[in-house]
Amino acid sequence: MKATETIRIRLNGKERELEAGHTITTLLESLELHPGMVVVELNRDILRRERYPDVGVGDGDTIELVHFVGGG
Amino acid sequence: MDSQAVLDAARALDGQLTLGGVDFTSRLIVGTGKYSTNDIMMDAIRASGAEMVTVAVRRIDLDRTKEEAILHHLDPTEFFLLANTAGCYTAEDAIRYARLARAAGFNEFVKLEVIGDEATLLPDVQATLEAAGVLAKEGFKVMAYTNDDLIMALRLEDAGCVAVMPLASPIGSGLGVVNPYFIREIKRRLSVPVIVDAGVGTASDACVTMEQGVDGVLMNTALAAADDPVRMAHAMKYSIVAGRLAYLAGRMPAREIAVPSSPTRGMLD
Repeated sequence: MKATETIRIRLNGKERELEAGHTITTLLESLELHPGMVVVELNRDILRRERYPDVGVGDGDTIELVHFVGGG
Repeated sequence: MDSQAVLDAARALDGQLTLGGVDFTSRLIVGTGKYSTNDIMMDAIRASGAEMVTVAVRRIDLDRTKEEAILHHLDPTEFFLLANTAGCYTAEDAIRYARLARAAGFNEFVKLEVIGDEATLLPDVQATLEAAGVLAKEGFKVMAYTNDDLIMALRLEDAGCVAVMPLASPIGSGLGVVNPYFIREIKRRLSVPVIVDAGVGTASDACVTMEQGVDGVLMNTALAAADDPVRMAHAMKYSIVAGRLAYLAGRMPAREIAVPSSPTRGMLD
């Protein structure tokens, strides 16, 4: 992995540039999100929490990070 | 007696509400949307006595610093979370939101809601039925928001829903039960619990709703949009119990004629 290499992902509906080499865990860390408070959907598949450290973020991935908000 | 003792005494006269194998003492379910502050919301929820509380699934706003995560305020060990699929207009979207909600890891319950029209927010019952079937097969405990339509209520029950939730009147309208006959008929014909969801505006609406014999009421705006949500939550707590006990007690027949309560004989000359 080259430190300068970047990838483009679509994160919560917005294009983002990101350093290559992230896992879901490190992505959440970089966003200061607690893994226990987030549900992650990667390319329309829901990821189980125990997989966050092992699943890498790749170029072109579409990621949705969701949580619970107020609602009726 | 303090207010809690009054409620406890009243509840001793009523059975528990069982939803999908989980027992609840309160027959009031409340939402968490539209409160002016989180502190008022939590005070209102506690005042309502509700044990089951609805939440919505949304994208995390990564640009905003404002904390909108409801679980920073609402302790999931204190309340039973009921995630909804509010905002979904297709069966496919509702199924996606339900799966995301379950992945949060709290329970397998979902308040299934598929909206069919932006102006009235009335449910798309066809899409609701389709999603209910898929989710029930996946092991979800589906509580389906629907119209006050008996046939659709029966079909949702057949699809495996653990509760069917007809509206009293449109979401956020506060019009109360517009068709008590339909609500009573749904309750009479279904085996699963019937929770009236949406349209209750004030305490008398909640009481009248419970007097139809339904198992519970779900509300959000009636509390959140009251001038004093906490005081309204207290009022709702009492009115739900009052309506339930009145239903169980069996009301006197209504007559459009006066009948004296005191003896007509024995009057002095």
